[in-house]
Amino acid sequence: MIEMHDIWKTYADGTSALNGVSVKIDRNEFVYLVGPSGAGKSTFMKLIYREEIPTKGEIFVNGFNIGKLKQRKIPYVRRNIGVIFQDFRLLPKLTIYENVAFAMEAIEAPRKVIKKRTMEVLELVGLKHKHKSFPSQLSGGEQQRVSIARAIVNNPAVIVADEPTGNLDPDTSLDIMNLLEEINFRGTTIVMATHNKEIVNSMRKRVIAIEHGNIVRDEQRGEYGYEI
Amino acid sequence: MKFSTLTRHIREGFKSILRNGWMSFASITSIFISLLILGVFILLALNMNAMASQIESQVQIRVFLETDVADDVVADLQKQVGNIPEVSKLIYVSKEEGLAQLRDRMGEDNSDWLEGYNNENNPLPITFTVEVFEPKLVKSVADQIHSIAGTYETSPVADVKYGQGIVETLFKVTDAIRNAGYIVVAALSITAVLLISNTIRMTIVARQREISIMKMVGATNSFIRWPFFVEGALIGVITSVLTTAIVLIGYDQIINAFQYELSFLTMQLLPVKEVMALTSLTMIILGSFIGIWGSVMSVRKYLKV
Ligand SMILES: Nc1ncnc2c1ncn2[C@@H]1O[C@H](COP(=O)(O)OP(=O)(O)OP(=O)(O)O)[C@@H](O)[C@H]1O
Ligand SMILES: [Mg+2]
Repeated sequence: MIEMHDIWKTYADGTSALNGVSVKIDRNEFVYLVGPSGAGKSTFMKLIYREEIPTKGEIFVNGFNIGKLKQRKIPYVRRNIGVIFQDFRLLPKLTIYENVAFAMEAIEAPRKVIKKRTMEVLELVGLKHKHKSFPSQLSGGEQQRVSIARAIVNNPAVIVADEPTGNLDPDTSLDIMNLLEEINFRGTTIVMATHNKEIVNSMRKRVIAIEHGNIVRDEQRGEYGYEI
Repeated sequence: MKFSTLTRHIREGFKSILRNGWMSFASITSIFISLLILGVFILLALNMNAMASQIESQVQIRVFLETDVADDVVADLQKQVGNIPEVSKLIYVSKEEGLAQLRDRMGEDNSDWLEGYNNENNPLPITFTVEVFEPKLVKSVADQIHSIAGTYETSPVADVKYGQGIVETLFKVTDAIRNAGYIVVAALSITAVLLISNTIRMTIVARQREISIMKMVGATNSFIRWPFFVEGALIGVITSVLTTAIVLIGYDQIINAFQYELSFLTMQLLPVKEVMALTSLTMIILGSFIGIWGSVMSVRKYLKV
């Protein structure tokens, strides 16, 4: 599903964020990305959804060579990748329903399909009853569930989540993790960067640790491995 | 593009105009003023042109012969002048006809003035009334008549008169109005384009977050750009339709209000139905163009998609 071959990333200001990373993530895997702040986790994920392009090396997502993609094709490849952020990134003036439907409108899905599918994913994340509320009327955990609904509404093959529980309390974080596990169980590959030791250690998955732009550890059913 | 997508872009465009209330209002006002002035200039130019061509059509050359020209010379001259290629018509006016025409023109009240004159002591010369194909050719034809006259031993022609002076002045005035119109409208159009592009820029800035989410979920660039084009075009079209209506209604009012006051002039203002097509077409095309241009400028510059 995701393959990186000797990826290097140096930002325009000279900061090197990744120094020769190679990795292979299979379909339907659930991967934690751990490591100290500034290690290069977010950069790793930005390369996957093509927010950034590698300075050197090749990266394939779902068969596409992401770094060499023609400008015109980027949108179509992004439709296969759902992105979730720590700060939710919802549109405050749109209702919960509209925030999710928006992602389908943007890819010009038929109106009838939009309605059906939006309600379906809102039900999956347990917020169908709040579809008329605005983001400001929801708790942090609920807002994150809306952003997850938006990320999965177009049926992406991969979900990239950058510290999705970073702003949430432990109980709510657990809710979100259960939801992501459910989504993974239904067949979506998930890559999640996190600093949450409890979660990594309690839900044992593949763990990739990055330090100073290098992969220093890659274990199936791994542990968080850092003391906080 | 799907129909539902198109309606979505139009809906978004409208919403955005309302959301940026003040900036939209400023752009609308500036386009309104440019187009209003353009409209006034178009109407002025059309009427001046009509007046000019009306006067032009009355332009003739009158060739006054000497009083004592022999009949065969008159006949020869008439033939030569009639053969000038630019001449469309030549009317021979005999002394008697000349006197009759003069009586006619002077009317009843002044007829005493010509009292003593009859066919025996008619002081008038034979004249030719010459019409040309193109009013602008009168001067050259008049010159040719002069040079034909110069080929005779003694010139049979006393004078060649034509009303070109008036026409030339009139053309100068119409040209000046038209040029002033171009400059004013160009300057105002540029202001309007800048204001619109600024309005669109504000929309883009205000929707940065929305745009980045759209990109993230895989919206195409054209999908992201379209609402901004629609917004600019809508501002342009709505304003120009409105302005055109106001200009034409105002013109109609003026015609109605002044039709008696202006009747002392031999000219008449053109009726609305004759100026409508050109005026509204020019204004609506220019207005839409301003709107689209403004948004394209902004989208190019500020929307990095
Ligand atoms: N746009 C950018 N321009 C320049 N340098 C950047 C940019 N983004 C990140 N960096 C730098 O690249 C390095 C890796 O950053 P990255 O955001 O990938 O770290 P991270 O592992 O996600 O950290 P955190 O756990 O704090 O989120 C850091 O040194 C960071 O300062
Ligand atoms: Mg990060």
